[in-house]
Amino acid sequence: MNFSLTDDQVLIRDAAVDFLSQRSDSAAVRAAMETETGFDPALWAQIGAELGWCATTIPEDLGGLGLGQVELVLLMEQMGRRLSCAPFLSTVVLAGNALLQQGSEAAQARYLPRIAAGELRATLGLAGRGVGLGAPGVRALRSDAGWRLEGSLAHVVDGASAELILVVALVDDGLGLFAVPRETSGLDARPLQTWDLTRRVARLELSGVALDAAARIDGDAMNLQTLRQVEARAALLLAAEQLGGAQQCLDLTLAYTAERVQFGQKIASFQAVKHRCAQMMVEIEATRSLVYGAAALADSGGDAGAVMLEAGAAKARASETLFFCAQEAVQLHGGVGFTWEYDPHLYLKRAQASAHWLGTADQWRERIAAALLDA
Amino acid sequence: MRLDFTPEDEAFRIEIARWLDQHLSGPFEALRHRGGPGDEDADPALRKAWERELSVGGWTCVGWPKGWGGRDLSIEQQLIFHEEYARAGAPGRLGHLGEGLIGPTLLALGTDEQRARFLPGIREGTQYWCQGFSEPSAGSDLANVQTRAVQDAAIGDWVVHGQKVWTSWALESDWIFVLARSEPGSKGHKGLTFLLMPLDQPGVEIRPIRQLTGGAEFNEIFFDGACAKACDVVGKPGEGWAVAMALLSFERGASTLGQQMHFTQELELLMQLARDNGAARDPHLRGRIAQAWAGLRVLRYNALRMLSGLQDGSLRPEAMMYKYCWSNWHRDLGKLALDVMGVDGDLREHPLPLRLLQQSALFARSDTIYAGTNEIQLNLIAERALGMPRAARPA
Repeated sequence: MNFSLTDDQVLIRDAAVDFLSQRSDSAAVRAAMETETGFDPALWAQIGAELGWCATTIPEDLGGLGLGQVELVLLMEQMGRRLSCAPFLSTVVLAGNALLQQGSEAAQARYLPRIAAGELRATLGLAGRGVGLGAPGVRALRSDAGWRLEGSLAHVVDGASAELILVVALVDDGLGLFAVPRETSGLDARPLQTWDLTRRVARLELSGVALDAAARIDGDAMNLQTLRQVEARAALLLAAEQLGGAQQCLDLTLAYTAERVQFGQKIASFQAVKHRCAQMMVEIEATRSLVYGAAALADSGGDAGAVMLEAGAAKARASETLFFCAQEAVQLHGGVGFTWEYDPHLYLKRAQASAHWLGTADQWRERIAAALLDA
Repeated sequence: MRLDFTPEDEAFRIEIARWLDQHLSGPFEALRHRGGPGDEDADPALRKAWERELSVGGWTCVGWPKGWGGRDLSIEQQLIFHEEYARAGAPGRLGHLGEGLIGPTLLALGTDEQRARFLPGIREGTQYWCQGFSEPSAGSDLANVQTRAVQDAAIGDWVVHGQKVWTSWALESDWIFVLARSEPGSKGHKGLTFLLMPLDQPGVEIRPIRQLTGGAEFNEIFFDGACAKACDVVGKPGEGWAVAMALLSFERGASTLGQQMHFTQELELLMQLARDNGAARDPHLRGRIAQAWAGLRVLRYNALRMLSGLQDGSLRPEAMMYKYCWSNWHRDLGKLALDVMGVDGDLREHPLPLRLLQQSALFARSDTIYAGTNEIQLNLIAERALGMPRAARPA
């Protein structure tokens, strides 16, 4: 039993720190915010094709690196720190994970090697509304050629730019996972205007989307419980991203208060300011312990139910920590914290949006309470 | 980063669990779950007998080197020991200050002769220790101690005058370690000496102080000409601050994981009560219970991070925030427990497990005060972990 990062894990983390500080700094993020797709293809090419980050948890026999949740958490944390504008959450955390946990062998062989190589951008539509579990928005009807999909998905991450959209649909009385390529007739994507410009969301309409039989990719094995596990895995990785964002909020605040002089001294010397920064640090380290712990539990073959609850606990905590730290960052920057030019507002908006994805804190706490109290 | 234990560690877990189950029997059965925070008055004499029972089995001072009667356990095994100890409901350790604080301090900074004189009594459960640090004018500002120690040139003994406060278990203890000012006119942490003193001597008066829990686990101690022998100074005269700081650093460690097992038991009792009395159907209480559970997972993983990084030497962020984290969690748990009890939370008539939970809930009000208040912890985090400017002290 060893709870330290291995040397390789430290290398992965440090390489990500260096790379993103150069290629995904505030200026790069702000430039990407202005683009139509929300990301810089050159950055994506480096992340996907050169660095191989998309391959992290994909098995080696499918072109991946065969690493664990801890390694992916470390990458997500650094990307969250920078609010990196890249379709990584959609491709890897949503679509890639759904394929790994829910995909048939054939579907995995068809899509995962391309995702691993950074050659396919994908996303996942879990519910009719929201990014996470909820009533499915799409129904799959059997047809002569295979399937016909009807419905709408109100909030799909990178839904307008992804090349492949995985859709959770109602099938008879159950659920199924379907692969819908971008160019399929009947699929309409409308990009949505959002306050968090570092991440794109689209509304998808599916009208008479005709697919062949092979488009159903869950091997008839999907149900609510398996879907819960897909959501939980994704929630943990989003929590890691939120953790990174919270850390950056603290770091920005420390840098600002160390320079800002009022009443003849750096405002960092005022005890009230010191205490509030210390409280941010406490929340961040507590969240870090929970996120890393849940990832380590998953990688150590921990009980699936326990892993799910801990992932949910991590998401709940991280959502609150990111919002708290972003709020404190705005406040402790004083007047400039309220400007577009300074970065705290970017984290505030990411915090508000991501709090509602892959389960809110209240929703996860209710699931935990049910497991603890109702069993 | 792995969370699984080796087969050897699992075998060790079974060994200690079995020993505890066998030995927490007969007269010791009554000690299960007793003597914890808020319950320190519980049968000290029987708990001292239990310390000797542990000692005969070789289960005191397990983290000490084998040469001094310990087992030289690995961090993983210490963790397992403390977890199983708490899981069995074995009683609060009266030997805690000896085993966990002054013992390691003597191992690190004492002389061979001091080790030979004091360590066996600690290990065998025949000699008990308490702490003489805080004073009415020296709490958070420990360096402001005013208790004076003057060396008698003729006999070499140090003669002590002054007052210590908040000394837990003074009435059950044999010896006290005292931080006193030995250099007249010195200020702050310079000019202090770390002394070991027997309590059973003229010039020592112990007065219990009643706590908000109703008990009187801590005391004030008046020194009026009591003596410490020259050979009972740890480190050099005038350099006692470093010894005191070393001692306080030993408070972090594997025993924190035993504390978490105790917390787990409290949470499970609280959840069972909630199921029994319907509180488990209240949506707000459900949310708070889930938060408490998640907070305990935070403490566990945070402690594992700390233990895995111990070899490092320096104090890492997760270690610096740990006390703040657990103490505030536990304080909140106490409030949650009383809220789950509802209007009955105000009654003092409950049977033992619930009454202990209430006492613990009230005692938890001190968790954020002792061993560094919340406010001091935040100062330390800001200054040492975040590098923010230190407060200017008046000249």
